Amino acid sequence: MGKTLYKKVWEAHTVSTLNDGRTQLFIGSHLIHEVTSPQAFGMLRDLNLPVKYPHRTFATVDHIVPTESQQQPFEDPLADAMINELRSNVEANNIQYFSLNTGKQGIVHMVGPEQGITQPGTTIVCGDSHTATHGAFGAIAMGIGTTQVRDVLATQTLALSELKVRRINVTGKLQTGVYAKDVILHIIRHLGAKGGIGYAYEYAGNVFDAMSMEERMTVCNMSIEGGARCGYVNPDQTTYDYLKGRAYAPKDSEWDEALARWESYRSDADADYDDIVEFAAEDIEPTVTWGISPDHGVAISEPIPDPEKAETPEQKASILEALEYMKLPAGTAPTDIEIDVAFLGSCTNGRLSDFREAANILKGHKVAEGIKAIAVPGSQITAHQCEQEGIADIFREAGFEWRHAGCSMCLAMNPDKLTGDQICASSSNRNYKGRQGSPTGRTILMSPAMVVAAAVKGKVTDVRTLNA
Amino acid sequence: MAIQPITTLTGKAVPIAGADIDTDRIIPARFLKCVTFDDLAEGMFYDERFEKDGSSKNHPIDDPKHAGASLMVVGPNFGCGSSREHAPQSIKRSGFQAIIGSSYAEIFFGNSTGLGMPCVSADPADVETLANYITEHPQTELTLDLTAGEVRYGEHRLEINMPEGPKEALLSGRFDSIQELLDQTAAIEETAAALPYI
Repeated sequence: MGKTLYKKVWEAHTVSTLNDGRTQLFIGSHLIHEVTSPQAFGMLRDLNLPVKYPHRTFATVDHIVPTESQQQPFEDPLADAMINELRSNVEANNIQYFSLNTGKQGIVHMVGPEQGITQPGTTIVCGDSHTATHGAFGAIAMGIGTTQVRDVLATQTLALSELKVRRINVTGKLQTGVYAKDVILHIIRHLGAKGGIGYAYEYAGNVFDAMSMEERMTVCNMSIEGGARCGYVNPDQTTYDYLKGRAYAPKDSEWDEALARWESYRSDADADYDDIVEFAAEDIEPTVTWGISPDHGVAISEPIPDPEKAETPEQKASILEALEYMKLPAGTAPTDIEIDVAFLGSCTNGRLSDFREAANILKGHKVAEGIKAIAVPGSQITAHQCEQEGIADIFREAGFEWRHAGCSMCLAMNPDKLTGDQICASSSNRNYKGRQGSPTGRTILMSPAMVVAAAVKGKVTDVRTLNA
Repeated sequence: MAIQPITTLTGKAVPIAGADIDTDRIIPARFLKCVTFDDLAEGMFYDERFEKDGSSKNHPIDDPKHAGASLMVVGPNFGCGSSREHAPQSIKRSGFQAIIGSSYAEIFFGNSTGLGMPCVSADPADVETLANYITEHPQTELTLDLTAGEVRYGEHRLEINMPEGPKEALLSGRFDSIQELLDQTAAIEETAAALPYI
């Protein structure tokens, strides 16, 4: 029996077996940001411990950054205290910091790939659940808590239990208007928000083979919404082409050695999986959520569910709770849902290809009257590329607010928030109650193409009909 | 690190209804604007418990009959979503010592274990029976016996389970793994030396 990439990378990074039976796993790259790291540095100071491998930790600032102006000091004194705390911690510990004035700041899950820090066959952690994003490169990448951030800073290792591996095959041909976001929303809808507990997801099949790195990142990013702590795609030429020439990617003779090593980590053809599931690409439609959990999804052509038709009492309770919060009657067609806000951005869909795709659809249209539409590039590099390519102007001319890089309205830790029970068409990853900053705010998750279509029509819209 | 074995916990419980309770609900993002965990208790389940004007929504946590509860009984996939340790920190700092449910999101489970707050699992139907019992008999003292793998309440006994590694870490009091990790310095450096990208 062969091995999966997960198993091979796990074995290569195993340091020891702890007394309780857990594995002490070596962490190759550690990413930190302002929200989940300050307490960890505090714990380190209390224990009088140094950072073990400062050159393997990389910092940026993303969650609390205002997107209208990145000028410091920030208006919010708490946000300003957090960024100052991060700065003093990285300076005191000699940690590389992609700060606001480097032109390289951005959402931590964009900075890693952009800089070539994210590489195949590595282990990557960050105090942020969307660290799963980096699995797109064939890495074991996962979110951790702050006490674990302390453990990584102090030892570059973590106490972990090995996960099972579920291979998710998607094969066939995607329909026009169906994007990576629809693929992952479709998978989560069918496997459930807790379906991935205890598993790493391996995404395989010709659909993922054909995806760009940015599309693979969108898919891996939302593994966590499906309950899987990490998800990955085996590295291939697409991966290597993306990495070549990036700041932290291997150079010269080291490149060839790295390439051979990365290839060796690919899952073997006869690898042993704990579970295998199959999806047909043709079955995937543009998908949107209608409720308060990422598995509350429907195809754009389907009505939202009727609690009376639920299969179990738990399902019925879940549907009822969601419909009550969303203030939507059972059986509503998604295309009848009017929106108040359109948000394009986040670590799920804040990359150049997302804005390119959305701009192609948006060109020549205007945002519908009364709709607040904001476009937030995920990184300063992406923001710059969008300016260079004229994408930012397309958004501005259409009536979008074009903002600076950050997490923004995905989780609303900065000033970008919904108010009251506004409905937001959002390219982000979570439709939880109150997620976008208002305790009664409502989120509908969808692809970037669908977000701009909704912005133009003022309601949830099948993007395939926009220019038809 | 001091060794603090966690074997048996006794106390009243409060039921939190609903599946897929995410960490944004446990502690809304605005409470994450802090550089210490000290004041997190006030944010716990804030938007579930209070209206915008601060008036109570009569959440079970604020129901006088559950006052002083130290165990939380929850639905499936508890703690899903964000990795924020602020969530289990806010629960622990509110006086809770353990959580009884049917399944947990992985990161939340790990964060809680690291804080010495066990998240034990039982059959979903049995957890619901327990939650209903507590609602009717809120003064009941529960005993969570990690060694025996059971929760005892009234005349009843609920079988619970937990993966071996974390369970052993709690029973032995070594749930804060920092010292054990530090003890392996030589092995850490050996592993690093064998990884060309380090």
